[in-house]
Amino acid sequence: MARTMAEKVWEEHVVRRADGEPDLLYIDLHLVHEVTSPQAFEGLRLAGRGVRRPDLTVATEDHNVPTENILGPIADKVSRTQIETLRKNAAEFGVRLFPMGDIDQGIVHVVGPQLGLTQPGMTIVCGDSHTSTHGAFGALAFGIGTSQVEHVLATQTLPMAPFKTMAVTVNGALRPGVTAKDIILAVIAQIGTGGGQGYVIEYRGEAIRALSMEARMTICNMSIEAGARAGMIAPDATTFDYIKGRPHAPEGAEWDAAVAHWESLRTDDDAVFDAEVVLDADRLSPFVTWGTNPGQGAPLDAAVPDPAEFADATERAAAEKALAYMDLRPGTPLSEVRVDTVFLGSCTNGRIEDLRAAAEVIRGRKVADGVRMLVVPGSMRVKEQANAEGLGEVFTAAGAEWREAGCSMCLGMNPDQLKPGERSASTSNRNFEGRQGKGGRTHLVSPLVAAATAVRGTLSSPADL
Amino acid sequence: MEKFTVHTGRAVPLRASNVDTDQIIPAVYLKRVARTGFEDGLFAAWRANDPDFVLNKPEYSGGSVLVAGPDFGTGSSREHAVWALQDYGFKAVLAPRFGDIFRGNSLKGGLLTVLLPQEVIERLWALSEADPATEITVDLVEREVRAPGVTEPFELDDYTRWRLMEGLDDIALTLRRTDDIDAYEQRRKSWLPVTR
Repeated sequence: MARTMAEKVWEEHVVRRADGEPDLLYIDLHLVHEVTSPQAFEGLRLAGRGVRRPDLTVATEDHNVPTENILGPIADKVSRTQIETLRKNAAEFGVRLFPMGDIDQGIVHVVGPQLGLTQPGMTIVCGDSHTSTHGAFGALAFGIGTSQVEHVLATQTLPMAPFKTMAVTVNGALRPGVTAKDIILAVIAQIGTGGGQGYVIEYRGEAIRALSMEARMTICNMSIEAGARAGMIAPDATTFDYIKGRPHAPEGAEWDAAVAHWESLRTDDDAVFDAEVVLDADRLSPFVTWGTNPGQGAPLDAAVPDPAEFADATERAAAEKALAYMDLRPGTPLSEVRVDTVFLGSCTNGRIEDLRAAAEVIRGRKVADGVRMLVVPGSMRVKEQANAEGLGEVFTAAGAEWREAGCSMCLGMNPDQLKPGERSASTSNRNFEGRQGKGGRTHLVSPLVAAATAVRGTLSSPADL
Repeated sequence: MEKFTVHTGRAVPLRASNVDTDQIIPAVYLKRVARTGFEDGLFAAWRANDPDFVLNKPEYSGGSVLVAGPDFGTGSSREHAVWALQDYGFKAVLAPRFGDIFRGNSLKGGLLTVLLPQEVIERLWALSEADPATEITVDLVEREVRAPGVTEPFELDDYTRWRLMEGLDDIALTLRRTDDIDAYEQRRKSWLPVTR
């Protein structure tokens, strides 16, 4: 029977199948960070259990990391305790950890692919919803809760409820200045934050094939914002070229065998998806959010919508509430919305290509008066690469702050936060109320829009400069 | 995990859609390493800033059945959202749609999340807004929600229902299958990466 890629990867990982029970799936890679793991390790200790496969587990420090003075002790005592707890747990249970100060430290979803640990056809989990990022390689990767983290630590498996399949096909070619971020924001605006619930999305079509690995990661990263369990893209030459030569990539005959297998994972031509969504890349333009969920977005050249125009009562009420929180009036052109802060970073847009794109826009220009721009690389390797290319200097010369690697202002668990009432243009993934700091207001944007916005002080694209 | 069979408690109407887990518990509360005591973080921003927020109304105090709008629990995977609801005293959440990860977490941890049609949620909102003392019964045995004038069946797969009713720990169940896991590991591809 014809099968989709997601179904093939799932089938390959079934450890046990029995009537009336969820499939028990084997997990190839378990990524761990400090926030969602302490209670899981504590659970193991209380039950007298160990980590079954520490060699398939890796940990890094990211959410609490202060992006200034990364080598000093963390000032926030509670954050410090959480980091220290991860270090103790990693040592006690034999899990490899990349702590602050290590060249391989960074956001967990940047570190995995960078090391070559993320490969096609794998099952990958992490106690973090943006685990969907790894699906860009054709891996089945999903975010899990702390109970499941404990379950994977103890058994290297997870019982998983069946999923449905959705194809999101993006035809045509992107116009200059339009990026992967704009594709995914447009997809979410179209299907809504609940549109993907219960589905694994496969992104396909000409426009997706043309994307780099890093751009594909940006797309899969935000699958969760459409409510999906995971997002995937079929592995191809772009994928193989990215993986080859990385520290954990297969070599020699193993490489050839791996590639042959990876190529077999593609969705069969006659496979049927449970749902299909089609977009035309040629019609997309830079996209920004105006509300407090990622589905509340519009093209940058549009205006703040009027809630009265929403047919659905629930959506109308949500829009009214969002505009009140965001302090926006219907009809205001989005390009006139003034920001206080620009955040460039996160597991969505904190990789080297994102920094390059933003640096190209900002080179020789200045961050507007009254605007603070934070540039936070996704990992220390990304920072190293950016410095080697002179990008760090471009950002600092423009008046931006060039920081150390971590999750930073995406969720403000460290000191990088918005103050109440402050407004940001942010390359991160969530514009929820208070996400970037209590009372803060977030507009999600691409790295290009972030850079242009920093220069002009209002939501802008490079074409406006 | 505590067993769940039938629970009857005061309804708390939360008229909002897209209540993401950042609203259920803001990130600042996630720095803790303990497993209990998250009730102070539940809906912290709304409780602090909005006097009209439902949990700030004394007539709903002691409520244990939250009735919410669509897409409750979207966003971050933080299981702290489930812990905060439970620590505050909630035993069940009723909504037309849930974020997938939140739903999975809730059913692992014994917080019963029940899918009901929007129209039923609207009726339950109307009931508990008209009379804040309104109680809702969530009956897992019969897979049914009952309130004055409302009897509505709900779906939950047999396996999850059994696990909740028995209060069973998933890990203990899986550890009975160690032979299957050992056998699977024998046939894994040799090129798959290790983290060492």
